[in-house]
Amino acid sequence: MKNSIIKIESLHKSYFSGENSLHVLKGLNLEIKEGEMVSIMGSSGSGKSTLLNILGILDSYDKGSYYLDGMFIDDMSETKAAKYRNRYIGFVFQSFNLISFKNAMENVALPLYYQNVNRKKRNEIALQYLDKLGLKDWAHHLPSELSGGQKQRIAIARSLISQPRVILADEPTGALDSKTSNEVMEILKEVNKTGITVIIVTHEEEISSKTNRIIRLRDGVIESDKVNSKILSYV
Amino acid sequence: MFDKDRWQEIFIAIKQNKLRSALTAFGVFWGILMLVVMSGSSNGLVNGITHGMRSFATNSAFIWTDVTNKPYKGFQQGRRWNFTNEDVEMIKEQIPEIDVVAPRLRGWRSSSGHNVHRGTNSGTFNINGDYPEYNRIDPSEMIYGRFINQIDINNRRKVCIIGERVYEVLFDEGENPIGEYIKAGGLYYQVIGVFKPTNPNIQMDGNKSENIYIPFSTMQRVYNYGNTVHYMGITVKDGYDVGDVTERVMSLIKRNNFIAPDDDAMGHVNVQELVRSMNYMFIGISVLIWIVGIGTLIAGAVGISNIMLVVVRERTKEIGIQRAIGARPRTIVSQILTESVFLTTIAGFLGLAFGTLVIHFADLFITHINSQRPPDEFIFIRDPQVGLGIALAALVMLVVTGLIAGFIPARKAVRVKPIDAIRHE
Repeated sequence: MKNSIIKIESLHKSYFSGENSLHVLKGLNLEIKEGEMVSIMGSSGSGKSTLLNILGILDSYDKGSYYLDGMFIDDMSETKAAKYRNRYIGFVFQSFNLISFKNAMENVALPLYYQNVNRKKRNEIALQYLDKLGLKDWAHHLPSELSGGQKQRIAIARSLISQPRVILADEPTGALDSKTSNEVMEILKEVNKTGITVIIVTHEEEISSKTNRIIRLRDGVIESDKVNSKILSYV
Repeated sequence: MFDKDRWQEIFIAIKQNKLRSALTAFGVFWGILMLVVMSGSSNGLVNGITHGMRSFATNSAFIWTDVTNKPYKGFQQGRRWNFTNEDVEMIKEQIPEIDVVAPRLRGWRSSSGHNVHRGTNSGTFNINGDYPEYNRIDPSEMIYGRFINQIDINNRRKVCIIGERVYEVLFDEGENPIGEYIKAGGLYYQVIGVFKPTNPNIQMDGNKSENIYIPFSTMQRVYNYGNTVHYMGITVKDGYDVGDVTERVMSLIKRNNFIAPDDDAMGHVNVQELVRSMNYMFIGISVLIWIVGIGTLIAGAVGISNIMLVVVRERTKEIGIQRAIGARPRTIVSQILTESVFLTTIAGFLGLAFGTLVIHFADLFITHINSQRPPDEFIFIRDPQVGLGIALAALVMLVVTGLIAGFIPARKAVRVKPIDAIRHE
């Protein structure tokens, strides 16, 4: 039996704006084991992005508990949160979120900069990751000179460089055409094969069908949590 | 600290908004420029004034007589009186705190026509009777010969020393005046020295370089002054207050001259006090300069702070991304502070450099002007300069200013939740 990497218990989260409050997550229970490849689905407003932000320690929660790799994550200091994000979690965003004035290599190396790895060494490591993703020749290009698929691959390289335990991908293919979407999904699967847990938020069936487990959210509760039988047959 | 990634962001931020950065930096530039130019000018003022009295004995006072205001011991009020040689001897004996007493006789200066002649050259000059001690209160530089000495006094020699200006009028340029005779106030005196005052900013009987000094005893005798002393300068031994000693001298003299103890009947000037209040004035000026300079600098810092707020706002999303991938608040804060300090320091250094240049040219100009003026005139400004102290203080202030200016924007940057920052468009 593998360890659970993520475990949440009766998690609640509301947003307040003025007098109105919006109860987004209504007591979620969820456990994700190490090495799983999970997709979280739901229509907009279902709370899937909120859940991902809480999992990524980018946002806080109101009630319940969240354990990341056995550690209780609560409303911690921003410094500690940054350290956990840096060490345990890799982010892949829909809009890539690369730093526009840094070239591909520097973007990939950035998480190591925050670990105070010296420039020469971190750029060396960044090149290795770019090489793995077939982008070595683009290392010195700025994001604006790259295609969407290339940018997302750089973002994945950036999320991998700190050797995280979990990759959190928020609509990673949302801005890509179907061909590059497939390429990105193949890469994420490769990443998953190395033992890293991958959690993808998406609303596309085609994407979720490539993951091992599909969790559907609806109005802040888990509607279904199923093992993807289709994909199991391939394994 | 010196990682390239840190500086890359700063240069990009400045490059992308060249005009904005330049205008913002101008505020700080101007503040430092003001501070440097003003403090340089004030240094010039202090140098000028103190140079013009550089060797004057600061532990000195001068005392002179005035009409009495009160009847006393049978004398009516309104009496005119003079110090005498006996007064001088008495204070020398009875007040040991006194170092030097220099009695003086103020000669007349006929308003009509020249009173000093040599051959066909002539002029109108003051003639004073002096003791060698006077040179210890208000030293002069001897261009030719020597000052009056005790033997001149003892023998009532008919010798004189003449001011630089007197020499220029009576003698040809470069001519050796020693041993020559001049006719002053109807009598002939042998010239034994030419002096150049070193303290033109303290004038005694007009411009000192237009004075002729003859031995005090000679003057008393030949112009029939008897034992009269017109006024006297005193210096006080180390560790004693000039004001206290002067009071004692005056009350002693009053007792000796039948003057009521509570009658003023005398005037005096305490040089120590003058110097002290002048120093207070200098301090006042420099305080004012720092207030104005720092005020201007604060205005500049507010500008920097403002622009950093805009920068932070523009980069909110970028900062959010950086935080999502592990940048600690400290990293973000130090990044913004570095940028702010960098901007202020560069601007300030330019201000410092430009200010120094302005002061340098002012110095050249003033040196030129001063060299054109006749010597021994009152000196107002001289050697304006920017000291190392000012430069270092300015540097420290710039860094502090930059830190303060960057503080609020930096706090704002890390206060936003990373997720809100990422969503920011």
